[in-house]
Amino acid sequence: MNPVSDIRSRPKHRPLALEQPLPLAARPGEPLPAPSDWSFELVEQYHRVIKATAERFGLDTYPNQLEIITAEQMMDAYASVGMPVNYRHWSYGKEFIATEKNYKRGHMGLAYEIVINSNPCISYLMEENTMAMQALVIAHAAYGHNSFFKGNYLFRMWTDASSIIDYLVYAKDYVAKCEEKHGLDAVEEFLDSCHALANHGVDRYRRPSRKSLAQELAERQDREAYAQRQVNDLWRTLPRRAEKEDAAPESKRFPDEPQENLLYFIEKNAPLLEPWQREIVRIVRKVAQYFYPQRQTQTMNEGWATFWHHKLLNTMYDDGFLTDGVMIEWLKSHTNVIYQPPVGHPAYSGINPYALGFAMYTDIKRICDAPSDEDRAWFPDIAGTPWLPALDQAMRNFKDESFIGQYLSPRLMREMRLFAITDDEGQSELEVSAIHDDAGYRRVRESLSHQYDLGSREPNIQVWNVNLRGDRSLTLRHFQHNDRPLHDSAVEVLKHVARLWGFGVQLESVNAKGDVSKRWQVPAPHA
Amino acid sequence: MQQIIDRRLAGKNKSIGNRERFLRRHKEQIREAVKRAIDGRGIRDIERGEDIHIPKRDISEPVFGHGQGGVRDVVHPGNKDFVRGDRIARPKGGQGGGSGKGQAGDSGEGEDDFVFALSKEEFMQVFFEDLALPHLIRTQLAEVPEWKYHRAGFSSDGTPNNLHVVRSMRGALSRRIALGAGSRRELQELEERLAACRATLKPGDAVMAAEVKDLEERIEALRVRVKRIPYLDPIDLRYRSRIKVAVPTSKAVMFCLMDVSGSMDEGRKELSKRFFILLYLFLTRHYEKIELVFIRHHTQAQEVDEENFFHARETGGTVVSSALVLMEEIIKARYSPAEWNIYGAQASDGDNWHHDSGRCRELLNDKLLPLCRYFAYVQVAEEEQNLWEEYAQLLDANRHFAMRKATEASMIYPVFRDLFKKEGAKAA
Repeated sequence: MNPVSDIRSRPKHRPLALEQPLPLAARPGEPLPAPSDWSFELVEQYHRVIKATAERFGLDTYPNQLEIITAEQMMDAYASVGMPVNYRHWSYGKEFIATEKNYKRGHMGLAYEIVINSNPCISYLMEENTMAMQALVIAHAAYGHNSFFKGNYLFRMWTDASSIIDYLVYAKDYVAKCEEKHGLDAVEEFLDSCHALANHGVDRYRRPSRKSLAQELAERQDREAYAQRQVNDLWRTLPRRAEKEDAAPESKRFPDEPQENLLYFIEKNAPLLEPWQREIVRIVRKVAQYFYPQRQTQTMNEGWATFWHHKLLNTMYDDGFLTDGVMIEWLKSHTNVIYQPPVGHPAYSGINPYALGFAMYTDIKRICDAPSDEDRAWFPDIAGTPWLPALDQAMRNFKDESFIGQYLSPRLMREMRLFAITDDEGQSELEVSAIHDDAGYRRVRESLSHQYDLGSREPNIQVWNVNLRGDRSLTLRHFQHNDRPLHDSAVEVLKHVARLWGFGVQLESVNAKGDVSKRWQVPAPHA
Repeated sequence: MQQIIDRRLAGKNKSIGNRERFLRRHKEQIREAVKRAIDGRGIRDIERGEDIHIPKRDISEPVFGHGQGGVRDVVHPGNKDFVRGDRIARPKGGQGGGSGKGQAGDSGEGEDDFVFALSKEEFMQVFFEDLALPHLIRTQLAEVPEWKYHRAGFSSDGTPNNLHVVRSMRGALSRRIALGAGSRRELQELEERLAACRATLKPGDAVMAAEVKDLEERIEALRVRVKRIPYLDPIDLRYRSRIKVAVPTSKAVMFCLMDVSGSMDEGRKELSKRFFILLYLFLTRHYEKIELVFIRHHTQAQEVDEENFFHARETGGTVVSSALVLMEEIIKARYSPAEWNIYGAQASDGDNWHHDSGRCRELLNDKLLPLCRYFAYVQVAEEEQNLWEEYAQLLDANRHFAMRKATEASMIYPVFRDLFKKEGAKAA
C-alpha cells in the first residue's frame, strides 16, 4: 500500500481529537446488501456508512476521491512509484515488467489499493476486488492513510498535497521536452545518475519551502540564470588566484560546512551542468523529498490505516451494517496482511510493518482502556486516559523511530517475542544481547527504534570539500555508523556522482575515531 | 457526497513509454536472446514472443548502502528459547537479517536473472532490425497485406448503395400485413354487417339508421388506421452486409536447399537459416498454406525434416545438382505447378565439384526456373567459385531468379529485394 502525500489548507484551528466516539445516529433496519460483485451504487452506499463511522471517531481527513481502475492500471501506477503520472524512465519500465510478471504468474497479489497523498486524497480501488474488499480498501486508504497524511507532522512539514500532481505533470513534460531536445540517451544517463543519489537529495533538518507550481515555473527562469551566474562566480575567480597563492595552506574548505544534501549541492555548484540538467536534478530532488516522510513512517502509516479499517469495519458490524459474510472475507485478508512469521521461518524477511504498526496502535488503545500495573509504570501519561486523544497524539507527532521508542510496551515485546542480536564483525559469533524480559525491555526497544532511524539505515554521506584550486575534484565523506562499512556498489554510485559533477570525485569513509579508513576514487568522466 | 470516478477506460498502458525505454537500454542483451531463439526455433514458429534473461547486476541501480561488517543490533520477532548472552553461529552467506527492510529475502534469491517476456511484435522488430529490413518491408511483413470483401448476410444499417431492395420490400410487406391484419379483419366484419343492415334497412327505422351510421363511422375510422400504416418504414430497410477478410492467396511450397558438406560450419548454417526464415515469413503473408520441403545434400541429396536439416552434419564432397534433381522429382510427384506456387531457396558456400556447376545452371534454367515463382540463391562465403559464375549467367534472362553473397545477417535481405519490391509496388 503505497501512499504519496499532503497539505494545502492547514486549518488554523485543527479540531481537537474527540474524547469519546460519538453515538450512532440510528441502527439500520437491515445490513447493507452484500453480493460479492460491487456496483457503483453499492460502493457509494458503503462509503457513506464508512464515512459516517469515521466521523464518529473524529478522523480528520482530506476530501476523498475514489477511483475505480483495472489491474493493469494498478500495475502502471505501481511501477511509477505509486503516482498517477510521472516522467518516463527505463527503471519504471523494469518495475512494471517485474510487477506484471509476478502478477501473471500469481506469485503476488496486487496491492489492494494505492492511495495518493494529495488534496483531495485519491484512492484507487481495483476493479477485481469484491464488495467486501472495496469496503476494506475504503476504510484503510480513504480514512486510515488519508487521516495520517493530513495529521502526521512529517507529512505536514515535508509534502505539499495540493500541488504534487501538478508538479509531476510539469516534470513529465519537462523531461519529455529534454528528451526531444537533447536525445533520449543523454537524458536517460543523466536521470540514472540523479536516481543514484535520490536518497541523498533531502535536507533532513531544514524544512523545505512550500511552492505552488506557478511559483516554481515563474522562478525557474530566474533560477537558471542566477544559478549559472553563481556557479560562474565560484569558478572564475579562484583558479586565477591559485597560481599566486600556490603555497597557501589549504585552510579553507568549500563548502564551509559539510553538506548532506548532495543533489542540492550539485544543482547549485556543479560547474559544467547545463540549465536543463540543473532543472532535472531539481525535479529528482523534489520528488525524492516528497517521498521522504513515507520512508520514515511506514510502520506508523500502515499500522494506523490497518488499525482504523479494523476498528471502523468492526464498529459497522456491531452497529448492524455488515453481514457475517463480509466480515469473514475482509478479516481473512486482514489476517494475512498482519501475519508476522517468526525468525527462521521460510517466509521471514524482517519485521512486517503492518503487523508491528497494527499491534502497537491496538496496544496503545489497550493501555488506555485497561492498563495493568506494568503499563501504569511505563506509560503513566496515557494509562487509563481516553484512548482517542492518546491515539491521535501517537499518530501526529512521531516518526517510526520515535514512535517505537515511545510506545513499544513490554507486553507487546513479550507477545511478539522480540529479541535483539548483536552482530559484531570482531566476534566470531552473534550474540543475543537482549530478550523480552525485565533486563532487556529497554535495550530491545532502543535497538528496534534505532533500526527505523533513517540515519542508521542509510549511510551518512556528506559533501566534504571541493578542490577549487586544482583539479576541481569533489570529496565526499562517509561518516561510519558503528563502524559499518559501505557496500561495494559505492564505486558505481561514485561514477554517477562524477558524471554529475563533471570532474573527479573521491569518497572517504571515516570511522568513529575520525580516521579515514577507506578511500574510493573515480576520475573525471570523458566529456 | 463525492462522485466515484471510473478510470477504467482512461489511460491504459501508461507504462508503454517506460517499457520502450527499458527495451532500448537492454537492446544488446535482447538482440543476443533473439539470436539464440532464432537458432533454436523451427522456421514455422518464428513468430512468437520470447523470454529474455538479463543478469540482475546489469539492471541494478546502484545506491549508497551499508555492506557487511561493523557492529549492529538487529531485532527479530518470534524468539523461541534464546536468553540473553547466548551465542549463535554466524549464518553462512553473511545475510545477517538485513537492516530492517527485507534484504535478507532479496539476497537469498541470489543472482537470478531478471526474466521478462518479449511480445511477438517486439520479437519480430528485433529480428527485422537484425536483417536490416527497410521499413516499408517491415510493415508489409508485419501486416496482412490483402483484403477481400465477403458477403455476410444482411444488416439493418449500411450505405444506400448497398440497399437490398427486394429484401427491404419484402420486409415492408410483411410488416404491413402483420400490423394491419387485426384492423382489416375487423373492417371486413363490419362491412359485412353494414351490407346486411343496408339490405334490411327500412325507411323510417331510426334504430337501424343509427346503427348504419355508427357502422359507417367505425369503418371509416378503421380505414384511416389501416391507411396510416406506412408503406415503407426505416426499420424495413435491409443492406447487404459485406465484411473485410484477409486473404492470403491459396497455397505455396517452399524448398529449402542446403549444402551440408564439411565446409558448412555452424555459423554458415545459422546464416542460411535466417535466409530461409525470411523467405518463409514473406510467404506466410501471401499464402494461406505453406509447405516446407527440406533438401540437404553433399554428394547426394536427401529430403529430411527440419531438425536434421539444420543440425546434422556430413562430410565429403559436394554435388549441387543432386539437390536440384531431387527438387524437380519432388515437384513432379507432389506439387503440381498448376496448384502450387513454388519457391526455391538455396544456400551453399559455393563449393561444388567443378564439372557439376554447368549442369546445375542447365537444370535450373531448363527445368526448375520455369516451374518456380521465385528462386533465390545465397552464398554464405566470400570467394567466387565456378558455381557462382555459372549461376550469374542466369541473372539476365530470369527476373525471378536472385542471388547474393551474405557473410552476415544484414546482407541477406538484398537477395529478396526484387521479390519484396515487386510485391510492394503491387500493394501501393
